[in-house]
Amino acid sequence: MSGNAPSFGETEERMMLKDTLRRFLSDTCTDEMRLDSSSAGQEDSSGIWVQLAELGVLQILFTENVGGLGGHGFDIVTVFEELGRAGAVEPLLENIVLAGGLIADLGTEDQHALLREVMSGRHQLAFAHTEPGSRYDLPLVTTTATADGQGFVLAGNKAVVSNADNAQTLVISARTNDALDSADGISLFLVPAGTPGISMRGYPRIDGGTAAEIELSNVKVPADALLGKPGKAFPAIETRVSMAIAAVSAEALGAMEAAKELTIDYLQTRTQFGRPIGKFQVLQHRMANVLIEIEQARSAVLNLAAVLNSGRMQRERNASATKNLIGRVGRLVAEECIQLHGGIGMSQEYALAHYARRLIMVDHEFGDTDHHLERFIALSQAQEPVHER
Amino acid sequence: MKDKTDLQEFRTEVRQFLDSKLPARISRKMRLGQRMTKADYEEWHAILNAQGWLAVNWPVEFGGTGWSAHQRLIFEEELCAAHAPRIVPFGLMMLGPVLQKFGSAAQRDRFLPRILTGEHWWCQGYSEPGAGSDLASLKTRAIRDGDHYVVNGQKTWTTLGQYANWIFCLVRTNTEVKPQSGISFLLIDMTTPGMEVHPIRLLDGEAEVNEVFFDNVRVPVENLVGEENQGWTYAKYLLTHERTNIAGTGFAKAGLDAVKRIASQEMAGGKPLITNPHFAARLAQIEIDLMAMETTNLRVIAKVAAGQAPGVESSMLKIKGTELRQQINDLTRRAVGPYAIPFVSEALDEGFNAQPVGPEYAAPVAAQYFNNRKLTIYGGSNEIQRTIIAKQVLDL
Ligand SMILES: Cc1cc2nc3c(=O)[nH]c(=O)nc-3n(C[C@H](O)[C@H](O)[C@H](O)COP(=O)(O)OP(=O)(O)OC[C@H]3O[C@@H](n4cnc5c(N)ncnc54)[C@H](O)[C@@H]3O)c2cc1C
Repeated sequence: MSGNAPSFGETEERMMLKDTLRRFLSDTCTDEMRLDSSSAGQEDSSGIWVQLAELGVLQILFTENVGGLGGHGFDIVTVFEELGRAGAVEPLLENIVLAGGLIADLGTEDQHALLREVMSGRHQLAFAHTEPGSRYDLPLVTTTATADGQGFVLAGNKAVVSNADNAQTLVISARTNDALDSADGISLFLVPAGTPGISMRGYPRIDGGTAAEIELSNVKVPADALLGKPGKAFPAIETRVSMAIAAVSAEALGAMEAAKELTIDYLQTRTQFGRPIGKFQVLQHRMANVLIEIEQARSAVLNLAAVLNSGRMQRERNASATKNLIGRVGRLVAEECIQLHGGIGMSQEYALAHYARRLIMVDHEFGDTDHHLERFIALSQAQEPVHER
Repeated sequence: MKDKTDLQEFRTEVRQFLDSKLPARISRKMRLGQRMTKADYEEWHAILNAQGWLAVNWPVEFGGTGWSAHQRLIFEEELCAAHAPRIVPFGLMMLGPVLQKFGSAAQRDRFLPRILTGEHWWCQGYSEPGAGSDLASLKTRAIRDGDHYVVNGQKTWTTLGQYANWIFCLVRTNTEVKPQSGISFLLIDMTTPGMEVHPIRLLDGEAEVNEVFFDNVRVPVENLVGEENQGWTYAKYLLTHERTNIAGTGFAKAGLDAVKRIASQEMAGGKPLITNPHFAARLAQIEIDLMAMETTNLRVIAKVAAGQAPGVESSMLKIKGTELRQQINDLTRRAVGPYAIPFVSEALDEGFNAQPVGPEYAAPVAAQYFNNRKLTIYGGSNEIQRTIIAKQVLDL
């Protein structure tokens, strides 16, 4: 850490953004909408996607060189905390932070042109990277891209690709050399979703929104589908996944705050044994713990947001630290808030159910608690070798 | 009390029975975490009944097994291990013992055989929107009108009420006395005019619980169990039976086996997940706790066999048992990694023959994790159980 006073990224613009977004989302994200998450990301009147674009929210997540208005780590966490608080299931992560971000980071000027469409809400993207057997191993890519005349042929399988069925264009990772789990040799391709040879099986996610299994068989793409240099995409993927970790961690933080507020409200109003259940000391202590841990989660999110533009080691070590902590605290908050509600906490119609499902499923994206614990240990030991005594 | 070799023979006998009589179709559904239909339960109950093994905690004179607590434990463990459905508890485990102890001869003759044949499917009408942990504050009213009670009010969280044709209810028959002294225990035919059942969907997307409404429902006085205003006593008696095998060691052992199987197939960092030190540590921690809890459970059973009623021990076993099972559900959802996220509801129906999303075992895992949050809420929440221990054992 530097000797400067800590910055928590609270500029006037971001405070305004937070307010605007909170007002907009609390008007538009209803319980019915959360229950019918199949509408997420859709352009019809029920979707809020286009309105988010009109508000400029999508632009704020991009840097100025590609026509955006921000793109800093603090912009990301500001927006995602509000999305999480509202329980929104709109595909900002997939479109903007991941696929769009990779295009911004690696694309040519021609490829950047697509981003203007994305920022306007008229064109959607998905990032097809995880594979059926890769679990949380980022460099484990077995999908292949073989040079073929002027272009490439892609073959392989992609798993749990969020927003795939809304996307007109996919950003697909594939290996252009043969070491299966080395970081070197991974390339990215910009591929129209309707390209022959791509077949998709879509399904709902348990926490809202949709995902798909994608099969790529003999998918022919032209040379200019390549995003960035061949075989050199991994550093950009790793960086973008850390931004995605910041985003979902902030989203989880918003969901925790919302779950906490619902629970406090319930503890104050639910009466058993002649008094509000919030008067029982055992429940007070449990809720006090929830509050303490949520503050830890907030600090962890800020820690990561502050270093997203820093060097690899600092960024990645913080990404793993934050994701580990969010996994633990997310589970605590989800489980405690359900328990302290009693039966009503398990009802699907009650908003808490949605927050709880999202909080738990965040642990299944971009590496879970244990994965990031191991990664934090490995990165820490690489940074400061343990000295012999 | 049977001795050890007898119990071992008993276990073998149960295993042989399950090998030959548990339908493969049903155990497959259970193994895949698919939805049990009413017909599935009825088929399984009928098989157990034909064997004379349906009413595991009834005395022989009423058509029960007369088994000891230890035999019942063995039976439950073997059922779980073989992926047999659980016995739906409301008529068999809960109401049966109450009728045997407090019911009239006419009630016993009428209801007990029909529980065994499945003609009556019972559900439990205790909880209300305003009366959960504080059950005695229940408001559903029953007012005497000639040879009927007229019932008005609402029950909620009624498990499998959608399948039931009878409901046993706690109702208020006196509002002048302290709450516990004005409650009666009524048996209500759910086809009576004025009754409505509405499903409640839970956070796993399933509708296993219901709201039950009573609008001037006329119940013959002969369906009152025991004496008017004595319902609280019967309800407390029922609770001691609701808590047989409350530790749920059979479920926990089967769940632990399942997660071990999954973790042997999942790969993490190029090796089976089960060899990953962090995962292995979580697994071991649960197994160590379970080994000790099994013995705690057996100690309580031995005490019961020696003639001591299980008291506060059942609170202890409920807390430890449910929390362990929830940890196993948590570990299982971790084990399947990103494939916890997809939720293909149809995959949980029998006959789903599309290609599964990810490994077949992943389909029900997240939903089961969410569903089993109920374990620490119902049957007396774990907070209430801890308060019982603090008051009754610790004298605090
Ligand atoms: C899936 C499911 C199935 C069910 N099936 C049935 C059924 O078939 N029939 C039936 O009658 N009921 C059923 N129930 C209801 C169940 O018995 C109640 O949910 C339970 O009694 C808790 O009541 P409650 O939900 O109203 O929560 P509340 O009693 O309102 O409790 C809310 C929270 O406050 C805590 N609390 C309450 N009082 C105290 C206290 N004095 N000290 C400390 N903490 C306290 C509780 O532990 C809980 O954490 C079911 C519930 C669920 C979730």
